[in-house]
Amino acid sequence: MLLLRLARRPFFWVIALIVAVFAIAPLIGDNVDLRESLVLDALYIILASNLNIMLGYTGYINFGSIVFFGLGGYICLWLVSGLGLPLAVSLPIAGTCVSGLALVFGLGILRLRGHFFALATIGIIEGVQAFVQNFKPWGGSAGLYLSGGVLKQIGGPANALWVIYFLMIAVMGLSLYLSYAVKSSKFGLGLLAIGQNEDAAAVLGVPTPLYKALAYCTSAFLPAIAGGLFFFKSAFIEPASAFDLTLSTEVIVVVMLGGQGTVFGVALGALLYSELRGYLLTTATFSNFQLVISGALLLLIVLFFPGGLMGWIYSRFPRIQKVLE
Amino acid sequence: MTNLLELKDVSKRFGGVQAVRDLSFEVREGEILGLIGPNGAGKSTLFNLINGVFKPDTGNVVFQGEDITGQKPYKIARRGIARAHQIVQPLGALSVLDNCTVGACFGREDLPLTQARETAFEVAQTVGLGDRLQMRASALTTAGKKRLEMARALSARPKLLLLDEVLAGLNPSETEEMIATVRAIRDRGVSILMIEHIMRAIMSLSDRIVVLNLGSKLAEGTPQQVAENPEVITAYLGDASVTHGEEASS
Amino acid sequence: MSDFLLQVEGLEAGYDDVQVLWGISLNVKRGTMTTLLGANGAGKTTSLRAITGSLRPRKGRVVFEGEDVTRLSAHAKVARGLVLVPEGRQLFSAMSVEENLEMGAFSQRARAHFNDQLDKVYTMFPRLKERRHQKAGTFSGGEQQMLAIARGLMSMPDVLIIDELSLGLAPVIVQQLVGTLKALKEAGVTVMLVEQNVHLALAICDYAYVIAEGRPFLEGHCKELASKPEIRQAYLGL
Repeated sequence: MLLLRLARRPFFWVIALIVAVFAIAPLIGDNVDLRESLVLDALYIILASNLNIMLGYTGYINFGSIVFFGLGGYICLWLVSGLGLPLAVSLPIAGTCVSGLALVFGLGILRLRGHFFALATIGIIEGVQAFVQNFKPWGGSAGLYLSGGVLKQIGGPANALWVIYFLMIAVMGLSLYLSYAVKSSKFGLGLLAIGQNEDAAAVLGVPTPLYKALAYCTSAFLPAIAGGLFFFKSAFIEPASAFDLTLSTEVIVVVMLGGQGTVFGVALGALLYSELRGYLLTTATFSNFQLVISGALLLLIVLFFPGGLMGWIYSRFPRIQKVLE
Repeated sequence: MTNLLELKDVSKRFGGVQAVRDLSFEVREGEILGLIGPNGAGKSTLFNLINGVFKPDTGNVVFQGEDITGQKPYKIARRGIARAHQIVQPLGALSVLDNCTVGACFGREDLPLTQARETAFEVAQTVGLGDRLQMRASALTTAGKKRLEMARALSARPKLLLLDEVLAGLNPSETEEMIATVRAIRDRGVSILMIEHIMRAIMSLSDRIVVLNLGSKLAEGTPQQVAENPEVITAYLGDASVTHGEEASS
Repeated sequence: MSDFLLQVEGLEAGYDDVQVLWGISLNVKRGTMTTLLGANGAGKTTSLRAITGSLRPRKGRVVFEGEDVTRLSAHAKVARGLVLVPEGRQLFSAMSVEENLEMGAFSQRARAHFNDQLDKVYTMFPRLKERRHQKAGTFSGGEQQMLAIARGLMSMPDVLIIDELSLGLAPVIVQQLVGTLKALKEAGVTVMLVEQNVHLALAICDYAYVIAEGRPFLEGHCKELASKPEIRQAYLGL
């Protein structure tokens, strides 16, 4: 069984360690600031690890990955406030719906290759945002609000943020495990083959249309749940922040920064980027500079370090790669 | 002997060029069928029509009694047809072993990952890549990449192997090794359809030969029959009538 | 002075890590027409490129008029009189006949004798003279080949190497070109002809080298070889 096989690999325990660190660190001294910073780190790790399944493995650049996050948020909040469903039920439903939609969209746009696919994903994000802005049941451009009462189901306002936090790092752990499990599976091997040479992969028997669609759909599930959690925490969602193309692009930078196709690298890249971003946002001089920095980083990576941070490290120290990947 | 593969009146046109014209022939089980012909005769196009890269305009491709005309490449791979390309297509960033594992996973046997890896390991050894299993495919020499094409195709445990100029660019000793490898593959029960320009090799390897010229079948038969066929000789050595004017005046 | 204008010994060459030639040797005698034969992929074009300088040989020697020219560049060889009429003609199709001929006389020594050589060429090919101002691209295949050879002659060659004379030309046209080649022979030009059409080559040339798989396969006087079955073996393997 895949799980047992994976448990023998060192990286399995590295992930467990990471999750443990995230779980325990802010508990020490009830450090709320650390928790808030780590929640953002976790979010970047979630988004990047899932995007890695598309971008890192198959090489298809998905500019609109944030659409899963935003739609997940919307569906979850609507189920909670509009239909009164508990969070525990709304989250998986949101995840499933978004995956389903991804499958449908995917089968359509995955016929396109290279830059055409990338453009189509931008089209999707713009299209969905436009749709939601005009969709009255979801509040249109004003967005959806959650009443304070909903927080009772997770222990009231005092505990809510902690509960959300632990759920978020659980999703983070799952994202890392998912991306690792995919990579170690037959499915992942097929995706990697597609990423190297799609036509050769097809001739070798890889069912390329199906696999691409599955990758797209798989990469949608956990970000959708993360979206549900994130916006539940904010108790508010609106189109502009739900479908932020900038964030979508940042996630791409993160994947490439860390090393596309690697699991540990992407996580590390996400962590570093998130911390850097947080730092920049809080200093007076650089508060709006994070986009300039990410643009410059992207240029640097593409020109000099196409393998990203971990790619560079792995080429220098191949032993580490054997252990970590 | 049964027919493993049958082509019936297959044609394909690209724009103004009739690449393949009403072609019919069969590959019998257990044989090595050689496909020869001057440049531009339509040989590689024919391979593309067999393994689904292109769909024929007319005609049928029948494999093990079932019509596979126009099916997608990955489905045809599942049925048991594998191909080693003329222009090598390594999955560059993956290791030699991983390349072969892809073949074993998604080929005829559709194996799960662990078993596929074992199959890939064995096959890579038999093709002489055992010492380079962890090497990145892009780092192989040209001869190594050619071997990888073969190994990957074989890992799929095909019934029919399409070899497209696997001897091109090899030095004499590599050529001898590859010829022996091809024979060994057939002896293990894989039928082979091969395109080759190195005539000495293909004539000695093939049980039968089909000669293509300008997209049509020019001749068919044993290597000896084909080599003695006057039309084939003209196609390769040139039109003797060109010299008639010269002979008349000398 | 040696009877052999061009001597090639043990030539080995290739592209990147693929070796194509494994020791090609041939000699071209002054005043004769020698031909290099072989199947597709045997290494004829590679041999020519290695001899004329567009490809660097890895081993072996090319000796031209007693001088080792192995490592010289293509234009240096042209200046010494080793001239190539390339495969597929490669004329300047927008230029006129006369302009193409001028382009042929690029080297110093050719320019010095330009007018004389032009007269000679026009005498050999009256049809070119008739159409000297016509654009080269408007000519038929056979006429283009004639022009390509004439342009080669403008370089004042000691040896004229013609690559694939009959390529892409109809048999009728090729027959006409036989006349062209005979004119060259009568004018005493030393020619090396690489040719796909074995019958054509053996009918007009004096000596032939047959190569297969980058190696020497057979050689001999054309009249003797014409009847031998071994030639078929070089092309068909059997």
